[in-house]
Amino acid sequence: MATQYKSATEYIEHHLGFFTKPAEGGGFWSINVDSVVTAVLLGSIGLGLLWWVVRGATAGVPGKRQAFVELLIGFIDDQVKGIFHHGDRNKFIAPAALTVFVWIVLMNSMDFLPADWVAAAFGLIGVHAWRIVPTADVNTTFALSLSVFAMMIWFSIAAKGLGGWIHELFCAPFGGHPLLWPANFLFNCVEYISKPLSHSLRLFGNMYAGEILFLLLWMWAANSSFAQDYFGGFIVSVLLGLGWAIFHILIVLLQAYIFMMLTIVYISMAHEHH
Amino acid sequence: MNINATLFAQALVFFAFIIFTAKFIWPHMLRAIEARQKQIADGLAAGEQGRKSLEVSGKQTEQTIQEARVRAAEIVGQAEKRGAQVIEEAKTVAKAEGEREKTAAKADIQQAASRAREQLREQVAALAVAGAEKILRREVDAKAHAELLDGIKKQL
Repeated sequence: MATQYKSATEYIEHHLGFFTKPAEGGGFWSINVDSVVTAVLLGSIGLGLLWWVVRGATAGVPGKRQAFVELLIGFIDDQVKGIFHHGDRNKFIAPAALTVFVWIVLMNSMDFLPADWVAAAFGLIGVHAWRIVPTADVNTTFALSLSVFAMMIWFSIAAKGLGGWIHELFCAPFGGHPLLWPANFLFNCVEYISKPLSHSLRLFGNMYAGEILFLLLWMWAANSSFAQDYFGGFIVSVLLGLGWAIFHILIVLLQAYIFMMLTIVYISMAHEHH
Repeated sequence: MNINATLFAQALVFFAFIIFTAKFIWPHMLRAIEARQKQIADGLAAGEQGRKSLEVSGKQTEQTIQEARVRAAEIVGQAEKRGAQVIEEAKTVAKAEGEREKTAAKADIQQAASRAREQLREQVAALAVAGAEKILRREVDAKAHAELLDGIKKQL
């Protein structure tokens, strides 16, 4: 496939193009249809499966499916239990953590689909750009991290009241002396800005790099001296892709786990009084 | 890497998914897990109770056996005593009976002896009379000496 393109840059650019529906109002109001549709589909499939299993859940001896879902939910509940000590975790934070984990794992896993196959399949139905990994779209990761940011503010105010929240903005962490107010405020601003930024860019960077690395590996296999022999190029590209895919499993799960843990930590911290 | 309205779309999707999970997935699973936890806790409690009642009934059994053992020993003691008593009584009765029979036999023997003596006495008397008759036939009148003979007979 790669040999059809004139250069590596063109190949990569083609695979990293978005299926964007531009809006009349201008650049900002356009929407990346591919990211949204893929994300909605994956979330619906993942959560739908969970719902299907959980609906028939029995308190007796669980089946294999239920045991798996219980394992997942128990794992997440353990994480939440260890961090969140500010009330009923079952009401919001634990379900939110489950959602985040399942959804992000599925979105990240799209990276395992061979990019060329995806491109070819969508080419058949006349769509020439479809980014299959929603988490490699910075809009998705920022949507997630800014939502978590909004929850942070919301729970912070809900736990301490608006006055309490503003008080903390100026009087923590260094102390309540009026001379320290600017320092506290500056510190809190940096913290509030860095949290969603690092939260989203970490996930985005990992997934985007993963995607590009697949493309680069296949480019390398296609353009190296191995490719002079057709099967040699084929085998080398399979080996390179397989190697990176196996390593990428770790990254996919790890990044989803990190994103979930940070979500729990940020929301828990929002509940804390200083 | 351009930010656009996808941001809002994805955020809305995110919240929708969280609400779905919080409403339809988490509580279901939690209910099942909690119900199982309760079942397990109940089972463990029942097991503990069973163990305790087993302990209690074991103690009761032991006590009952102890009581039965004491009672059995008592009964055996009584039976032994009674046996000894019965034997003693039987001995006494047997002795008395023996005594009685001995007495009876003695009486019989005496009777028989006295009867024999009587017969013997009569026979001796008759013999003596016969002898005397033969001697005296010729010279003595039997009638005249009958008185004398009766006196002798009585002395014997």
